[in-house]
Amino acid sequence: MMISNKKIFPIAFIVSCCMLSFAQAQNVDLFAEKDEPIRDIVTSTFKTTRIVNGHSIENVGKGILDFKILHRFGQLSDGAYNLFGLDQASMRLGLDYGISKTLMVGVGRSTFEKQYDGFMKLRLLSQSTGGKNFPFALSYAGTMIYKSLKNTSTTIKPYETDRFTYAHQLIFARKFGDYFSLQLTPTLFHYNLVSTSKLPNDFISVGISMRERISKRVNFTQEYYYRVNKLEGYYNSFSVGFDIETGGHVFQLHVTNSTGMTERTFINETTGEWGKGNIRFGFNVSRVFTVRKPKEFRK
Amino acid sequence: MNKSILKLAFVLALGIFSFSANAQKVYSTKTGQIFFNATGGIEKIAAVNNQTDSKFVEQTGQMIFAVLVKGFKFENQLMEDHFNENYMESSKFPKADFKGYITNIKEINFAKDGTYPVTVDGSLTIHGVSNKVSTTGTMKIEKGLPQIEGAFKIKIKDYGISGMYIGDKIAPDAAITINCKY
Repeated sequence: MMISNKKIFPIAFIVSCCMLSFAQAQNVDLFAEKDEPIRDIVTSTFKTTRIVNGHSIENVGKGILDFKILHRFGQLSDGAYNLFGLDQASMRLGLDYGISKTLMVGVGRSTFEKQYDGFMKLRLLSQSTGGKNFPFALSYAGTMIYKSLKNTSTTIKPYETDRFTYAHQLIFARKFGDYFSLQLTPTLFHYNLVSTSKLPNDFISVGISMRERISKRVNFTQEYYYRVNKLEGYYNSFSVGFDIETGGHVFQLHVTNSTGMTERTFINETTGEWGKGNIRFGFNVSRVFTVRKPKEFRK
Repeated sequence: MNKSILKLAFVLALGIFSFSANAQKVYSTKTGQIFFNATGGIEKIAAVNNQTDSKFVEQTGQMIFAVLVKGFKFENQLMEDHFNENYMESSKFPKADFKGYITNIKEINFAKDGTYPVTVDGSLTIHGVSNKVSTTGTMKIEKGLPQIEGAFKIKIKDYGISGMYIGDKIAPDAAITINCKY
């Protein structure tokens, strides 16, 4: 290419002038900017940290203390003399606390077998849409149960450790739109002591739970646990109920065939049979308190 | 020949330089603060979002604010859940934004430290509903960096937000406070 120096200067000058006028036309328009896709983490898959008896995928928020009263009446099949079970009661009082966004711990005391229990629940994965899609949420819940009921047998002297049982649960949950959530809960129990040497110490079961939204403040829930290997003489736990939200409370009303409210008791040792009317009316009341304010509110 | 290419490059570079010098100055932040208070009764109903995305253009006064509704933090987790699920329907309307202009941008001298009053006009979109908003605030210039502060009230009902506690535990008007450092 042969262009003389004399020619090249004007050409370059014109080019740069063009660029200059181009730059002046290049006004910034903030309104025309495209939105970046936002990662939306799915929340409120279930209304509270328990569905009926068992854990849900939800955790209490960081710095929040949740006082829970779980209450079950007697069996409907007890008849009019016991006012269809209302004369009797089984309870669990619990305190749950959110250490972080993903970790919560809780302790409880049940009237059934005078049990003490402690648990931790850790969120491992969250369901999300938008910038990053993930189809389900996953948590782990580990529970330790201590039976403090005095040993009545004089022939066997159990060790203190024999009073412990453990539950390990993986919680898979997915929210399908605003109106339906589904949860699967594979569970492993370990009994430190079982009643005969032939029985295994470990038991497996799978829970399936659902929530359907009826109105802004009322949800319908079901919870069923299928025992894969089972203790004879017990039934699978099945419960249906309603979650009702009122300001600072979540009020849960339900019917269930389980008496106990700790994992191994209701999943593995449910004595009631739905077909025979061995079902109980029950409720869970939850009241939350802000113990540690979010840092934005601390001053 | 080499010399002429050098000249060409020089003039082109000059052009590019003038291009960048002429581009409009955009101030932006991703950590602006928006606080609102809608306390109607005894219980405090207030939340803060510290991840406000905001930009404005020095020459035209054009300005935007955008927040993720789920980014609002309440003192109480349950309240936050209700806010997102029952009132704001945050999965359906994840963002709230404001698009408008600082109408008196010419009166601000960005080279001189000081506090300048500003008036802002524009359109606020919350819960998928847009309304005109006009308010005043201040712009503080410190070492060439602006900081905007402002406060205004909105009627919750104007944005199609409904719920039985509005007008009772929740005030019918929400007071919004903005503080953005660019």
